[in-house]
Order: sequence, then structure tokens, then C-alpha cells
Amino acid sequence: MSGKPRLTYFNGRGRMESIRWLMAAAGVEFEEVFLETREQYLKLIKDGHLLFGQVPLVEMDGMKLVQTKAILNYIARKYNLLGKDLKEKAQIDMYVEGTIDLMTMILMFPFSPPDQKEAQLASIVEKAKTRYLPVYEKALKQHGQNFLVGNCLSWADIQLLEAILTLEEKKKDILAQFPQLQDFKARTSNIPNIKKFLQPGSPRKPPPDDAYVATVLKILGPL
Amino acid sequence: MAEKPKLYYFDGRGRMESVRWLLAAAGVEFEEEFLETREQYENLLKDGYLLFQQVPMVEIDGLRLVQTRAILNYIAAKHNLYGKTLKERALIDMYVEGTTDLMGLIRVHYKLAPEEKEKNLHLIIERATKRYFPVYEKVLKDNGQHFLVGNQLTWADVQLIEAIFMVEEKDPTVLLQFPSLQAFKVRMSDVPTIKKFLQPGSQRKPPPDEKFLATAKRVFNRK
Repeated sequence: MSGKPRLTYFNGRGRMESIRWLMAAAGVEFEEVFLETREQYLKLIKDGHLLFGQVPLVEMDGMKLVQTKAILNYIARKYNLLGKDLKEKAQIDMYVEGTIDLMTMILMFPFSPPDQKEAQLASIVEKAKTRYLPVYEKALKQHGQNFLVGNCLSWADIQLLEAILTLEEKKKDILAQFPQLQDFKARTSNIPNIKKFLQPGSPRKPPPDDAYVATVLKILGPL
Repeated sequence: MAEKPKLYYFDGRGRMESVRWLLAAAGVEFEEEFLETREQYENLLKDGYLLFQQVPMVEIDGLRLVQTRAILNYIAAKHNLYGKTLKERALIDMYVEGTTDLMGLIRVHYKLAPEEKEKNLHLIIERATKRYFPVYEKVLKDNGQHFLVGNQLTWADVQLIEAIFMVEEKDPTVLLQFPSLQAFKVRMSDVPTIKKFLQPGSQRKPPPDEKFLATAKRVFNRK
């Protein structure tokens, strides 16, 4: 008798976007509550909904889950997106942590001071091209399957697609040197649940803009 | 013929210390290779040992694990420190993420300029006493005062005791308002494997100092 999972966050990507991706890929419908004022946020804290006073918050299965990685792990585990044994899970965890590191740089980017933005963007692109994308390119090539780990979709594939699409928004030709990743992108985007999420009108959020940054700073205070 | 896990890192705490704590608590003996020169690091890179060119790295069960959380997940699951149900795992993940955030503030402290250090110290104590310790104090009270999750030792307890010791090094009075945490600390320090790790001569590392900072800079070629 539990209703749909309910996500509480700002009306934008931030740390919640990876959760939206994972839920969508797992075919899980969810509701969203958007934080618009500081009062809403303070009330959530006062009412004891936020374990460490922070969002994201996901209410599901009678729990009030916080901490992005805890939420993602729960969903991935529940919907069998963590491989078939401990070793596959370790592989998935490593790949996922890599994409999380990269995506964290991207999600913090809108909040960096204007005079540092150009350097930050260059750093993100450089890290993507030299540290992260080559690893996934090689992994796909060596593994020789449609997926990063094992022979079915895992959390690692979903995060990688999210990372690729987010990077392409910053640099359109970022996959130019990575043919395996290009194929991976085409293939994975076509998986029905993911294809649906990529269509207009889905819960997927647009890239952060000035209005989003202003809302976050107003609600949380300076980061 | 299981070999001992081998840890590759600097001779100091950093991101590897939580791994040492968890292995020790699980009663697992391990070896360590300390990075001291840039050449060592470059050899590891050249030999393809570091998936994302980063340490920590742990060789265990034929795997070369990188990414601290992936390593810790693997050890916790393998040694039954990750709870028994999906919900227990979710709780453990949330509690672990909280202590990871708190210890993260302390981990970077030694790198800061003197004027930033004072500000960071205030932040560490404020977060510990207002955001994190009250949560764990309440969890212990609500869970019958023994362990954070379920009725046996888990990864969450190990991280919490590690965090308590780290914060106390910065302010020995920090547990004053938290009687359940004081009792927890006493109880956990008496767990045989943890007691052993807390004794001089164990593989527990001292707080970072100038030498650690200099080694990290040298190995990573930072100015």
C-alpha cells in the first residue's frame, strides 16, 4: 500500500538528477515536490524529515532516504541493477564512482565564480577526455558486450549514458575519439524506459540556468 | 590460498584510513605498499593498475579495486558488515555517508592555509555537534543502545567510531552532550578486533603532518 516514491528537491538537476535517471531506467514512476522557498526547506528540517538537514530526500517503502549514494544504492539494489555477484558489483561500483566524480564537477560548475568558469569548464573537458571516457571506451571494447558489466543493463550503464549526454551539452563533439562510446550511447538511448525518459515531457530536468542557481542559493544560503 | 589484501597509498590516513579501519574491524590482516616517490606512482600508472589514475587502490581476491566507496562496499559485503536486508543496507549507507562527509572536512584540514584552518575547525566542530552527532545519538537511543543498525556490528558502527576519534583529536570535549555516543565509544573500543587496532604498533596511521603533505605533493607533482 505504499504509493509512488516521492522526490523532494529543487526544480532542477543537481544531485537528484542521477536518481531520476535510475528510477526512470528501472521503470519506476515517481512524484516530485519542488523546493521553492527557504521556509519550505526550514519546515522540512523542523519536522524531522531530513536526517542530516539536507536534500535530496526520497520517500519510498516507508523510509525517508537521504544521501545521494544511499538512495542510488537502494534503488539499484531493489531493481537488480547491481550485477549478479560481489565481483560484478565491485566493477559496477568502480565505474559508477568514476562517473559520479565527473558529474559532481559538472553539477558544481554553475556555482563557481564567474572568473573561474572558463578554467573549470576546460578542466572538466580535459578530465573527461583523459581520465574517464578512455576507461569506459576500453572497458566496452574489452568486454565486448552491449553493457559495461555482465550481459545486462546495470547502474553503471545508466550513469555512463547520463554522463555522456551531460558532457555533450558542454562540448558537442566530446565523443569524437570514442567510437565504442558512440555506439553505446545510441544503443542505450534506445532502451524503452530510457528512450521514454529522453523524450520531452518526462521528469528529466533541463541544464541548470541562472534562475536555478539563484533559487538554490536563496534556499540553502551560500554553498 | 587466499592472499592478504594489499593496500596502495601514502604512509598516512587520507582516504585509505577508513579502509584500514574496516579491514581491521573485520579481523582481516593486510599488507601495505606506501607511495613515496613520483616514480612509484608513474609505474603504477604505466602498468595500468589504477583505473582512474588515482589511489587508494586495494588488491583483493584477484581484483584491483579503486574508488574508496567501491573498496569499502566490497569489504563490508564480503565480511557481513553490510546488514541483512535491503532496509538495513539503506540505513547503513545513510549513516556511512554522513560520517564520510564529516571525516571529509577533517581530511582536508591539514592542507589549508593557517587562516582557513581556524574557520574549518569551527565548521568541523559545528557540524559534528549540530548535524551529525545528534543523529547518531538518537539512532543509538532508538535502537536500544547497542549498534546503529540491527543487532550486530556493521560498517556504520566502524565508521562512526573512526569519526568520533578523529573529531576528538580536534576537540576532546566534543562528546560532552552525547552520553549514548560516549557509551558507544567505550563499547566499540572494547570489541577485540577494534581494541587491537587502537593499540600502538597497529596499522592505524597518525594524523597528517607536514611530511604527509610534502609526500602527497611530490608524488602527484603538485606545486
